[in-house]
Amino acid sequence: MCGIVGLFLKHAKLEPELGHLTAAMVSELRDRGPDSAGFAVYGNATPGITKLCAVARQGPVAWPHIADRLSKATNAPVAVAVIDNHALVKTEGDGDAARTWLIDNVPEATVLSHGQSIEIFKGVGDPEAVAKRLDLAGRKGTHAIAHTRMATESAVTLAGSHPFSTGEDTCLVHNGSLANHNRLRDFLRRHGERFQTENDSEVAAAYLTWRRREGDTLEAALEHSLEDLDGFYTFVVGTRDGFAVLRDPIACKPAVMAETADWVAFGTEFRALVPLPGIANARIWEPEPATVYVWNRGS
Amino acid sequence: MARKPVAPGHADEPTRNTTFDLAHMSVRDVNRLLHEAEHGDFVIKNPRGLHAIVAGLDGELNVSIDGHVGYYCAGMNKRASVTIGGNAGTGLAENMMSGRVHVKGDASQSAGATGCGGLLIIDGNASARCGISIRGLNIVVKGSVGHMSAFMAQAGTLVVLGDAGDALGDSIYEARLYLRGKVKSLGADCVMKQMHDEHKVSLRQLLDASGIGGTVDVSEFRRYGSARKLYNFHISNLGSY
Repeated sequence: MCGIVGLFLKHAKLEPELGHLTAAMVSELRDRGPDSAGFAVYGNATPGITKLCAVARQGPVAWPHIADRLSKATNAPVAVAVIDNHALVKTEGDGDAARTWLIDNVPEATVLSHGQSIEIFKGVGDPEAVAKRLDLAGRKGTHAIAHTRMATESAVTLAGSHPFSTGEDTCLVHNGSLANHNRLRDFLRRHGERFQTENDSEVAAAYLTWRRREGDTLEAALEHSLEDLDGFYTFVVGTRDGFAVLRDPIACKPAVMAETADWVAFGTEFRALVPLPGIANARIWEPEPATVYVWNRGS
Repeated sequence: MARKPVAPGHADEPTRNTTFDLAHMSVRDVNRLLHEAEHGDFVIKNPRGLHAIVAGLDGELNVSIDGHVGYYCAGMNKRASVTIGGNAGTGLAENMMSGRVHVKGDASQSAGATGCGGLLIIDGNASARCGISIRGLNIVVKGSVGHMSAFMAQAGTLVVLGDAGDALGDSIYEARLYLRGKVKSLGADCVMKQMHDEHKVSLRQLLDASGIGGTVDVSEFRRYGSARKLYNFHISNLGSY
């Protein structure tokens, strides 16, 4: 099971509606993934600022104190806003260094994302309640990806919820399960990737990060994943200005896409696309197996 | 549940041209009313990709659905004629027994799965595993079908005017496959066979029943079926069963 929705806006007109529309789509797929939910929203980028989203593993976290320590350790101005059990940290310093410092020094929290544009929030429990608590509907931006999870390969935990992000402004959600994630995780660790969970989907996210660091475009990275990832998957991937979909060659996991002049959308089922404006006249199709679909803003 | 007897003209009797709006009624309520009806024409509005719409019909009904449907639409259909104005999700008309189901758009995976009889018409494309394990259902796809179509198909027919994906007819038993376009690859034990007159006649009948007999030439099709090397049933052993 699991449910995925994705909405990629082609121009600015609908940006104020992004969170509202994504929340309506998530609501349709809550029964496909009642364990937990999460969402990535891209937008509100400020040049020179990296945003980091983190979530407390358990209990309260002294975020203002952590922000001070991060600022001193990285010698850069840092601000923090607390949103429920999440923190949105903003640094004028190096984003990768800030992520590494937080993973190394704040074991009471999990770093969910870092980048100029991306923000990730997630929670355990009913997807609609999670979306409401973390105000998905109120968020504006250029594109969003959300996931409702029915756990299979690892436990129902906050850390096991999607989306997963290991690289700057990149995230992945996954419906399915990977068979070779343990060996691939070891391989990626040896190549410098940092993992925070035992989840198979985090390995897929890290794989894309590694391929892109090796120089692959998003499209090429996904083409390579067809060779290197063994298992069932429908992936939806976001980058700062891109949006991609890939299904495994067997295509067991359902997927529907729709496109209008204003947006491209993904839903695990058609009913997730029903709330979108203009759906009645959208081009609707089922993505082919083993075929990489990529959209870029401005292209 | 036994069918409720309804007197003609009774206020509760779903009558001809009854419209059900799924924006205001549950699928369960609409299905229950249709299960109780013996005959009549019905329109269903706002299907919104919901699951199991008109599953389990068993009456001389004509049902028209205005829009896209979700999983298992018209599953187990018996006698009724169902027309879907949009696309259909996974498992369209699965385990259909008789009657007719017609989708004007595309169908997702496993369309017609395990169907025992009747006619399933798909105007657009069908994705993976179309006609998986059919046991007598006839399927006419005017577009193309995805991989593993007619997997383990036992009896019935799959007609495809477009192309077929990988592993067509894998582990097929006695179903007949007629393909006008290209096949990406054949599955285990599936082979091309000669088109004899009897095959052209039965193909013509299916095309006629699908409303395209006048525009499609049966000589453009190739026939595929089982090489009968993978399963061990021999007619001479019939008495042993």
